[in-house]
Amino acid sequence: MFDTLSDRLSGIFTKLRSKGRLTDADVDATAREIRLALLEADVALPVVKAFVARLKERARGAEVSQALNPAQQVIKIVHEELVATLGGEARRLQFAKNPPTVIMLAGLQGSGKTTLAGKLARWLKAQGHQPLLVAADLQRPNAVNQLQVLGGRAGVEVYAPQPGNGVGDPVSVARESIEHARRQMRDIVIVDTAGRLGIDAEMMRQAVNIRDAVDPDEVLFVIDAMVGQDAVATAEAFRDGVGISGVVLSKLDGDARGGAALSVRHVTGQPIIFASTGEKLEDFDVFHPDRMASRILGM
Amino acid sequence: LSRDKLDDDTWDEVEETLIGADVGVAATTDIVGKLRERARIHGTATATELRAMLADELVAALDPQMDRTLAARPQDGRPAVLLVVGVNGAGKTTTCGKIARVLVADGHTVVLGAADTFRAAAAEQLATWAGRVGAEVVRGPEGADPASVAFDAVKRGIDAGVDTVLIDTAGRLQNKVGLMDELGKVKRVVEKHGPVDETLLILDATTGQNGLEQARVFTEVVDVTGVVLTKLDGTAKGGIVIAVQRKLGIPVKLVGLGEGPDDLAPFDARQFVDALVGADA
Ligand SMILES: Nc1nc2c(ncn2[C@@H]2O[C@H](COP(=O)(O)OP(=O)(O)OP(=O)(O)O)[C@@H](O)[C@H]2O)c(=O)[nH]1
Ligand SMILES: Nc1nc2c(ncn2[C@@H]2O[C@H](COP(=O)(O)OP(=O)(O)OP(=O)(O)O)[C@@H](O)[C@H]2O)c(=O)[nH]1
Ligand SMILES: [K+]
Ligand SMILES: [Mg+2]
Ligand SMILES: [Mg+2]
Repeated sequence: MFDTLSDRLSGIFTKLRSKGRLTDADVDATAREIRLALLEADVALPVVKAFVARLKERARGAEVSQALNPAQQVIKIVHEELVATLGGEARRLQFAKNPPTVIMLAGLQGSGKTTLAGKLARWLKAQGHQPLLVAADLQRPNAVNQLQVLGGRAGVEVYAPQPGNGVGDPVSVARESIEHARRQMRDIVIVDTAGRLGIDAEMMRQAVNIRDAVDPDEVLFVIDAMVGQDAVATAEAFRDGVGISGVVLSKLDGDARGGAALSVRHVTGQPIIFASTGEKLEDFDVFHPDRMASRILGM
Repeated sequence: LSRDKLDDDTWDEVEETLIGADVGVAATTDIVGKLRERARIHGTATATELRAMLADELVAALDPQMDRTLAARPQDGRPAVLLVVGVNGAGKTTTCGKIARVLVADGHTVVLGAADTFRAAAAEQLATWAGRVGAEVVRGPEGADPASVAFDAVKRGIDAGVDTVLIDTAGRLQNKVGLMDELGKVKRVVEKHGPVDETLLILDATTGQNGLEQARVFTEVVDVTGVVLTKLDGTAKGGIVIAVQRKLGIPVKLVGLGEGPDDLAPFDARQFVDALVGADA
C-alpha cells in the first residue's frame, strides 16, 4: 500500500548534504510527508495541522547528521513529540477519599463500554477491591443481560434492579446504586451507560443527570480505535456535554493505526488511561503512549 | 486568469472537506485531480460552481447506476439467505432487526439466525429484535458452533417455507485469522442448503481508513455483495465508502439512521454526497 514514513523521508534526505542543518525547504518537504502519514493513520485534520506546526518549529534549523540516517533522526523527533502529546506517562485511576469510588463510562454506541465495565471490574477485583457493576443502560436491547453475564464472569455483583429494553429509569438506578454499594460495602462503583451520539441533546442530558446522581470520581470516555475524522466532533461533544476525566481506547487488537488517540487527547486534554485489546475480560492494559506513537507512525 | 476566483485556499478547502469526511488521502488526491482538470476545461470560475462539480464527481465515484436492491425475496420456493458480517459493535444485530422489520412490513416471513454464539447476550439481543418486529429466531446453546446454528436457521427457514433467512454473526476484527476462518466456514456450511443470496458488510460511519481494510478482508473471506453504512445519524460522514466503492466496487445498499426499528433507509448517492460536502459549503 503506502510506503512507510521512514522510506518516504529517506527519499527526501538523499538530497540532503552530508551533515548539515535542515533548510526551510527540507522542513517543508518533511512536514508534508508527516502530514500525509498522520492523515493516513486517521489523525483528525485540525489536530494534524496543530501537530505539524509545532513539529516544524522544532525541526527548523535542527542539526541533522547524514552519517546517522537523517530520516531516522527526524522520525525520532516526531515520535518524541507524539509521545509527549499522547500524555507522557500513564495516569492511574483517581480513587475517592471516602469510598465508594465511582467510575462512570460514556461514549458512542458500540464503542466498548459494557465490555470495559466487565474488564475494569475484573481488574480492580484482582487488586483486592470490591467493585459493583451498575446496569444503567436500560435502552439497548439486552444491555442488562450482557452486563450480568460479564459480571458473572468477573465474579462481581451486578446491580440491575430494572430489566431494561426501554423499561426503567437509568438516573434512578444510578442514584440508588450508590446506596446499595454502601450497604454492601463495595468500594468501587462502575456505571455502564447507554451508547449515545454527541449531537443527541436529550441523551446527553440524560448522561448529565446520571453524572449528577452519582457524582463520579472518573468519567471515562470510551472510544473505538478505528474511529476516523469524527473523533474530534465526538470528543468535543462528550467533553462539553457530560465532561470527561479520562479516555479509554478500545479495540486496539485490530489493525487500525489509531490516530483517534491523538485527536481525542488533543481535544479533551484528558489522559488516555486504559487500552482495551480484545473481547475477553483479561484483554486489557494500561495505556502506553510510546507504543501508541509507534503504532500511529506505522513502526 | 483574473476571472479565476479559485485560489489555493478554495482548493485546500475542497481537499479538507474530503479528508475530514474520511474519504482518505488516496481517493481525495484522485478526486481533486480530476476536479482540477474539469475546472480547467470548463473554465470554472467560482467556488459555488466548484462545489456543485465536486458533488457530481463524488456521485460519479459512487457509481449511481449500480444495482442497490437487496436480494431478500424468495426464489424458486426457497427462502433468500442473507449473511450479516462486520467488526465488533458496527451494528450487525440491530441491522438484522431493522431489515426484518422492513420485510415483515411488506408481508414477508422472516427467520433470524443467531450465529453469534460468542458475545455475552448476543442471542438474547437478536431474540428481542425478533419479538419486536415479528420474526422467528433460531438459536443454539451459548458457545455452540456458529456454523451449525446458521445451518439450522436456514433449514428451519426452508422447512417452514419462509421468505427470508437473515443470519447474524459475531463481530470480528478482520486481522483475526482464526475468527475470519470461522466466518468462512459459516458461509460454506450454509451453502450446503444452496447459495447465499447476499452477504452484507456492516460498516460504522465513524470508521476511518481501516474501513477499506475491513471491506477488503471480509470480501476475500465471504465475498461481500453490499455494504450497510450504520450510525449515519451522527456527525460522521462515512466517506470511507467512497474508497470502498472505488477500490473494491462494493456498493452501499442501506444506511442506518438510528437505534429504532424504522431507522433504516435505502442508500441514495446524491443525498449522501450532499450531506458530505454540505456542512462546509
Ligand atoms: N476485538 C475487540 N472487541 C471489543 C473490544 N471491546 C469491546 N469489543 C466488542 O465490541 C462490541 C461492542 O462492545 P460493547 O461493550 O457491547 O460496546 P458498548 O459501548 O457497550 O455498546 P452499546 O452499549 O451498544 O453502546 C462487542 O462485540 C464487544 O465484544 C476490544 O477491545 N477488542
Ligand atoms: N445511532 C445509531 N446507533 C446504532 C445504529 N445501528 C446500531 N446502533 C447501535 O450501535 C450499538 C451496537 O449495535 P449492534 O447491533 O449490537 O452491533 P453489532 O455489530 O451486532 O455488535 P457485536 O455483535 O457486539 O459485534 C447498539 O447500541 C445499537 O443500538 C445506527 O444506525 N445509528
Ligand atoms: K452524518
Ligand atoms: Mg453497552
Ligand atoms: Mg451483534
